[in-house]
Amino acid sequence: MSSTETQMPARRASRRALPILKSVAGFVAIVATTYLGLLAVTFFIGRVVPIDPVLAIVGDRAPAHVVERVRQEMGLNLPYYQQFVLYVKGVLQGDFGTSVLTTNPVMTDIRRVFPATMELATAGTIIGAAFGIPLGVLAAVKRGSIADQIVRILGLIGYSVPIFWLGLLALLVFYARLGWTSGPGRIDVVYEYSFTPVTGFYLIDAVINRDWAAFRDIFSHIILPASLLGYFSLAYISRMTRSFMLNELSQEYIVAARAKGLSETRIIWGHALRNAAVPLVTVIALSYAGLLEGSVLTETVFAWPGLGLYITNSLQNADMNAVLGGTIIIGSVFIAINLFSDVLYRMLDPRTRN
Amino acid sequence: MNPLLTVEDLHVRFPTRTGVVEAVRGVSFTLGRERLGIVGESGSGKSQTGRAIMGLTPTHAEISAKRMEFDGIDLLRAPPAQRRALRGNRIAMILQDPKYSLNPVMTIGRQIVETLRTHEKVSQAEARKRALAMLEAVQIRDAARVYDLYPHEVSGGMGQRAMIAMMLVAGPELLIADEPTSALDVTVQLEVLGILDRLVRERGMGLIFISHDLRLVSSFCDRVIVMYAGKIVEELAASELSRAEHPYTQGLLDCMPRIGADRHPLPVLERKPEWAL
Repeated sequence: MSSTETQMPARRASRRALPILKSVAGFVAIVATTYLGLLAVTFFIGRVVPIDPVLAIVGDRAPAHVVERVRQEMGLNLPYYQQFVLYVKGVLQGDFGTSVLTTNPVMTDIRRVFPATMELATAGTIIGAAFGIPLGVLAAVKRGSIADQIVRILGLIGYSVPIFWLGLLALLVFYARLGWTSGPGRIDVVYEYSFTPVTGFYLIDAVINRDWAAFRDIFSHIILPASLLGYFSLAYISRMTRSFMLNELSQEYIVAARAKGLSETRIIWGHALRNAAVPLVTVIALSYAGLLEGSVLTETVFAWPGLGLYITNSLQNADMNAVLGGTIIIGSVFIAINLFSDVLYRMLDPRTRN
Repeated sequence: MNPLLTVEDLHVRFPTRTGVVEAVRGVSFTLGRERLGIVGESGSGKSQTGRAIMGLTPTHAEISAKRMEFDGIDLLRAPPAQRRALRGNRIAMILQDPKYSLNPVMTIGRQIVETLRTHEKVSQAEARKRALAMLEAVQIRDAARVYDLYPHEVSGGMGQRAMIAMMLVAGPELLIADEPTSALDVTVQLEVLGILDRLVRERGMGLIFISHDLRLVSSFCDRVIVMYAGKIVEELAASELSRAEHPYTQGLLDCMPRIGADRHPLPVLERKPEWAL
């Protein structure tokens, strides 16, 4: 091979690397800006609300000089912008301050509670997508039929019935009456001390530990709240799937696929759904993010030791560091999920790649 | 010789909220291995005639005919699975605009291979080889590169050639081309038509060429059917188009521009209600 030929690919590669670098830089800039905005909004809301964190620590009978000393120790006497800079510095080092309630660093608490929420939301989204997508496809393909009406009613119930009420009902029926599932909590007391969390996702940890008895117990704990959250997201996912599918099925390339003699199964799942999957990714990502922050009620009903419960408890005890930390974590996950769905979007739709 | 396709008294009706709309009202013709043009204005039922033969009439429509046979197969009584096996394999159809009729998230190569592998048991490697040969047959020079491209990455003319390749790869005997060049630039139109013409000739296919362009049809086909309001108003050899007798056909011919001739004022197309009866 001559030397010019070997140089060609290298030059082409470097020409391709520049736009990639540029898009990565743009990406980082967007993330940084969004993150800074998130920090600013949460921080100032936290400072503006009429809660005095000093009083929460020292109590309302403490003498004035103690209150003043604690205020200075916490840096609350500084101007807001200085407080903000200090806070951002801390956050960048993973330091959200200390929780008054648990006396742990907020980060330690979050590391404990966040996997619980994420495990529940992930299980819920998997259930929601696994049932919601096929139901939506069915409703679109059999448009106007009984099946379509049933899916419609199922969806309507899903987003109009309050989730805490459904949760209580589910506990009453499946736990108290039928005894099919376990009650509130993540894991039975029996396993609580023998079980060593590795990742914080108990189902995965049980598999890693090959502790099948614990796995069964964890599964019977998570199935009710996860199904509820799943039903909640199913309602949304099935409606969106239906409308995306109806749109795709009316396109000309479907006529072409029929003219090629493809089977209905292949046309629906291989052609139409493959195209509908592009906007669906965004819908599922948003509903996943919604479950992460919106499972407060479910966590309360099922005594699920997750982030939602943690933030609610902290808020009730004026534990502002914990509230801010939790909010920022949720916000970060939101940003991460959005970025992830953007990447997935590009993978699924070749038209967005260039 | 037995005709390839016989259509007798074909009706396609669409029930709507405001009553039944009859898109095709008693169309009859036979087709051998020849090129038949169907012309007419929008809504004259020419496309629905083509789709009825393909078996692509929307499910809510009613379709009836005294006879509709393809190579001895009764199309109206054939079970859906048999009709599906015919589609793409023995009867194929080219649609109007490659921008919409190719699946945007599938590479061109995969879409061609898909047709082939639906109807024939061939290995992936063999299918790829035949798809590449088909791309070359529609005069795509860089077939291996185009094989891996997505539809949005090629031009309209290239897309329509890919469409032709996708529909002809399984070697159909009857091709229905529904406005195959209407979405293309005029210069590209002639190229694509030339390719289509050559392939139809070489492979001895029957062709139904649906268009609203009378001049195009007359230069491209052996025989022309003129449709108006769901009915055939005239059928004549393409070479005898100037001797058309029906006032509607004459009206259509009168509207065509002629080089060097003054066409002002352009005559208004007459539509007498009694023609639709």
